[in-house]
Amino acid sequence: MSVAGSAPMLEVQNVARHFDVSKPILQRLIARERRRTLRAVDGISFDIPTGTTLSLVGESGCGKSTVARLVVGLYRPSFGRVLFDGQDLAEARADSAQRSRMQMIFQDPYASLNPRWRVVDIVAEPIRAFKLLKDKKAILARVGELLTQVGLSPLDGQKYPHEFSGGQRQRISIARALSSNPEFLVCDEPTSALDVSVQAQILNLMKELQTRLGLTYLFISHNLAVVRQVSDRIGVMYLGKLVELSPAESLFERPRHPYTRALMEAIPDLEMTGRQRIPVGGEVPSPITPPPGCTFHPRCPLANERCRVEVPVMKPANDAMVACHAVEEGRD
Amino acid sequence: MSLLQVKNLRVEFPTRRGTLVALDDVSFDIAPGEVLGVVGESGAGKSMTGAAIIGLLEPPGRIASGQILLEGQRIDNLPYEKMRRIRGRQIGAIFQDPLTTLNPLYTIGRQLVETITTHLPVGPGEAREKAIGWLELVGIPAARERIDSYPHEFSGGMRQRVVIALALCAEPKLIVADEPTTALDVSIQAQVIAMLKTLAREKGTAMMLVTHDMGVIAETADRVAVMYAGRISEIGPVRQLVRHARHPYSQGLMGSIPPLDRRVERLAQIDGAMPRLSAIPRGCAFNPRCPKVFDRCLVDRPELMDAGTTRAACWLYAEGAPA
Repeated sequence: MSVAGSAPMLEVQNVARHFDVSKPILQRLIARERRRTLRAVDGISFDIPTGTTLSLVGESGCGKSTVARLVVGLYRPSFGRVLFDGQDLAEARADSAQRSRMQMIFQDPYASLNPRWRVVDIVAEPIRAFKLLKDKKAILARVGELLTQVGLSPLDGQKYPHEFSGGQRQRISIARALSSNPEFLVCDEPTSALDVSVQAQILNLMKELQTRLGLTYLFISHNLAVVRQVSDRIGVMYLGKLVELSPAESLFERPRHPYTRALMEAIPDLEMTGRQRIPVGGEVPSPITPPPGCTFHPRCPLANERCRVEVPVMKPANDAMVACHAVEEGRD
Repeated sequence: MSLLQVKNLRVEFPTRRGTLVALDDVSFDIAPGEVLGVVGESGAGKSMTGAAIIGLLEPPGRIASGQILLEGQRIDNLPYEKMRRIRGRQIGAIFQDPLTTLNPLYTIGRQLVETITTHLPVGPGEAREKAIGWLELVGIPAARERIDSYPHEFSGGMRQRVVIALALCAEPKLIVADEPTTALDVSIQAQVIAMLKTLAREKGTAMMLVTHDMGVIAETADRVAVMYAGRISEIGPVRQLVRHARHPYSQGLMGSIPPLDRRVERLAQIDGAMPRLSAIPRGCAFNPRCPKVFDRCLVDRPELMDAGTTRAACWLYAEGAPA
């Protein structure tokens, strides 16, 4: 959306998050089962330059929401490091001044706002928590300013969340997120619970705010069309791994990884050119027992013997990074 | 003749603070083998229309006036037991969430066989063979082995296929599908849509497809009805409606869909939100958000009228409208 800054706001270095989903120990011993690990995120790396937007896309269960939670410190990585503005995330989280620089917007505006609080208290909560302003009048004035900024009226502060529609609630979530003057926002599916005309309002608002306040976004979505409108760069995830990381425009003009192509192919066509869509066969396998080699190989039209055995790593392909043997060998 | 006719349907919800009109003067029809898409934002009344047709309105909602006819026979005023027989046999229903549609305590085979033997004159053995046939048709691999599995043993996409098989197995003439692909991932969604479309064509089944996803409509439907605040605001052939919508609301709706093939700096948006049922404005319900509003819209409520390629409820297409 804006010109890439110099230093990255966020660096994610080979981060993994595994969850232990084994049965209780006694049951396991009796049934002689091994521990079972869910590799929700399995070694991914990317960075987000200041003032830009990186989007992560993928189907449900690919690990994109886990990445969002890792990046704001709601989960600790099992391996790897997350650097926020050059500082280790665990350290940054311990320092409230640093912590106030990152905020999160959640998917469901019906669940993320406390129904018993007035909007003014919801929006003021981060201001009070970080002790940014002491004076009651100053807090009220600041809340009014924030509500105006997201297209609501300062008078709306006296209402409760149930008096607002879904889109207005998401505006309240954004106002709350902005109240601690953050520079980095993690947006986990911020529009997927909204109707399409309201989605356009929220996307426009997020773009405006980015230009005006110089925000850096990590944007999580399953909707490629939405992602195209907001991103500078896009990472495509499949079963806990990044399979392609590319500047937004080249991803759409020339998708390289077979999974990226399949995703684009699967989107219903509004232009009604009458083209025959070729749906991707099969479904996402279980992340507890992922297939060997490239995890996409059972669904991939380009898979060969090497794909079934050897795990592909991210390698540069023009201006993008792709983890695919077929692309690397030029078989695509 | 139309398979399904809905005439001036009005659904009301009596509440302590007065009666809410959830559907007002909704009329349309569906021909055999035709797919009618119904779109609109949440709360517009699309699911309510589907629920009224299959006779499953949530109380205290009730049909206050109007008629629903299936093959010329009224089905809106039937006693519960009679309607129950029609539902399933003549009208199949597919809902959004495949987890809540299937009974988790019964194998999918038992649920299919039960449905088939209830509605068709076949014995259990033959019904089981038919059930396997349906599972194969909806694309469940190794159907013969998996028929005795429980719903939880299937993934989301597979479960939705089972739900579709369940809706189709009594060979109904009409299918009401309410957001059948919304709970599914895009790659699965494409498979399910393609399958539904083929099945409807092959069997000559009429379908009412309720969804908020215009892409799904554009690929599947023959005609589209756009709903707003409990009324149909525009209805017409899918191609015309998607490319050259006439009603300002439909135009706004189409414009706000993020395009996949290019990046736009600012998406078209419709300001404001749909009114609540308790506060529907006088005149055209869309008038507070309409960019082309003029004096008549504030006073008179427009009916569907000829707007060239489609029929739209908009005074712009009446005589004497401002140019």
